[in-house]
Amino acid sequence: MTPQVGAPLAVETRGLSKVFGSQRAVDDVSLQVPRGSVFGFLGPNGSGKTTTIRILLGLAAATEGEVRLLGEPMPGRGAVVLPHVGALVEGPGFYPFLSGRDNLRRLDAADPTTTPRTRRTRVEEALERVGLSHAAAKKVHAYSLGMKQRLGLANALLRPRQLLVLDEPTNGLDPQGTREVRHLVRSLSEDGTTVFVSSHLLGEIEQMCDSTAVMSAGRLVWQGGMEALRAEGRARVRVRTPDVAEARACLAGLGLEPDLEGPALLAAPLVDGVATEQAVAALVAAGVRVRGVEVSGETLEDRYVALTGEGFDVAG
Amino acid sequence: MLFGRRRTWAMLAALALVPVLVAVAVRIEDPGRDGPPFLGSITSNGLFVSLTAMTVSIPLFLPLTVGVVAGDTIAGEASLGTLRYLLVAPAGRLRLLAVKMAGAAAFCLAAATTIALTGALVGAALFPVGPVTLLSGDTVGLGGYAVRLGLLVLYVALSLLGLSAVGLFISTLTTVPVGAMAATVVLAGAAQVLGQLPQLEVIHPWLFSAHWLGFADLLRSPLDLGSLGENALLQLAYLAVFGSLAYGRFTTKDVLS
Ligand SMILES: Nc1ncnc2c1ncn2[C@@H]1O[C@H](COP(=O)(O)OP(=O)(O)O)[C@@H](O)[C@H]1O
Ligand SMILES: [Mg+2]
Repeated sequence: MTPQVGAPLAVETRGLSKVFGSQRAVDDVSLQVPRGSVFGFLGPNGSGKTTTIRILLGLAAATEGEVRLLGEPMPGRGAVVLPHVGALVEGPGFYPFLSGRDNLRRLDAADPTTTPRTRRTRVEEALERVGLSHAAAKKVHAYSLGMKQRLGLANALLRPRQLLVLDEPTNGLDPQGTREVRHLVRSLSEDGTTVFVSSHLLGEIEQMCDSTAVMSAGRLVWQGGMEALRAEGRARVRVRTPDVAEARACLAGLGLEPDLEGPALLAAPLVDGVATEQAVAALVAAGVRVRGVEVSGETLEDRYVALTGEGFDVAG
Repeated sequence: MLFGRRRTWAMLAALALVPVLVAVAVRIEDPGRDGPPFLGSITSNGLFVSLTAMTVSIPLFLPLTVGVVAGDTIAGEASLGTLRYLLVAPAGRLRLLAVKMAGAAAFCLAAATTIALTGALVGAALFPVGPVTLLSGDTVGLGGYAVRLGLLVLYVALSLLGLSAVGLFISTLTTVPVGAMAATVVLAGAAQVLGQLPQLEVIHPWLFSAHWLGFADLLRSPLDLGSLGENALLQLAYLAVFGSLAYGRFTTKDVLS
């Protein structure tokens, strides 16, 4: 039996939670990953991305909640679903005393549904696809971190997959390698593969993905199309004036919440019902010397930081 | 896979060294009647090297190597990070356990075979070889001896199955292979110590090491397979109990390595 090809969602979770001791590493996460999408799973270190992925793949049991992968419940139907899923979880894992090629052959043989007859060619194709053909005969202990990462990707590509789950696939790669991964993901997506890719780097997700979910401290804080996330950011108005105190009072009177961004620069997120020209008219009427006005959209980064919190505190 | 590893071959080589050392030592100085069983018979018949080497390897060397192999089964994969990739392949948790146990059993057989064969070869090279006088006083020719040596290898390999199953179970409890190996080897030692305390006589028949040195029946005529059968039952019981424990643990375990 193959997984339900018609199921509209490649990954679906309902109320997924995972408790480690007293910590809720994953807390009530309900994901919906549409088929055919390149889905970015974004969140700072320790926000619960890898733990969620382990539960999706049946490596760890959820404390609460349900998972469906390609329409089938996990972990119950893992034997049926997982052959259609390629995965890279928390970095690559290989036998250092075997060559890259032999590692792939062994992992391919571990799946009882693969065809031994085509193993040789499939392994070579996967190596070729990640640019490792020249190092295929080398023992993995002689591989650099980036080469191991590529070998991990090759393992996920050993057969045609309906879904790829890639946990931080560009970790350890140089800029060139990062670009190659982006190209790879794009070409796989064009072939119809759903790609679920996690990262703590906004820029990476922004360039690769068409939808995204944002995690923060185990909770899902946003989910939807990449465009929607961009559009959701509120515009900010910046007013350059020497009369900071008066301008602040005037803007506050309109219902805005101005912050001092520089010695003579106030900035406030625009709110519904207050047009920029209204604000300027009010400032001028109040006798504020307005020397410059600028309206800018919130950057995606501002939005990400607003969602996940700032600073270097790693959850945990 | 197990036999694609240099470590496995190093351990087999170390085991092969035991009969070589025994034979060379006897060659250099005739021991007379002292020392381990069969040692004194070697000068007159080189085939006894196998028996002496097996006897001296059973308490320490064999359990040591089996402990390394069995303790490494699951914990070794976990520590390399390959366990998660085997499971999402998907290898299937029960299937993976079965393959690992089969690998450990194959190692037990290879280990016993290595000692027996090297012993026979080195013995034949350094000493005269002839019909073997059994413990019962009867004499068997080379063919008859080969059969008995084959049974002895089987007996010793079988003896180590229980320990392998214990090691497999311990290996599912941790992600530190060295810990699992050490714990398995320590248990092998502990079982033998318990086996020597007369106060604990009631538990003696239940120790996995109970029949480890009980292969003398195989060297009598007529051939008595009773002890082989008893040992097989005991080892299979250990395999069933610790195999189930390993299964129960491994199939419900979060793989977080
Ligand atoms: N095996 C574990 N035992 C206890 N806590 C863990 C374990 N694995 C992860 N955690 C905790 O769960 C949280 C989420 O971790 P993780 O899912 O690895 O985050 P991410 O992949 O987003 O960086 C962290 O706070 C981490 O400390
Ligand atoms: Mg992670």
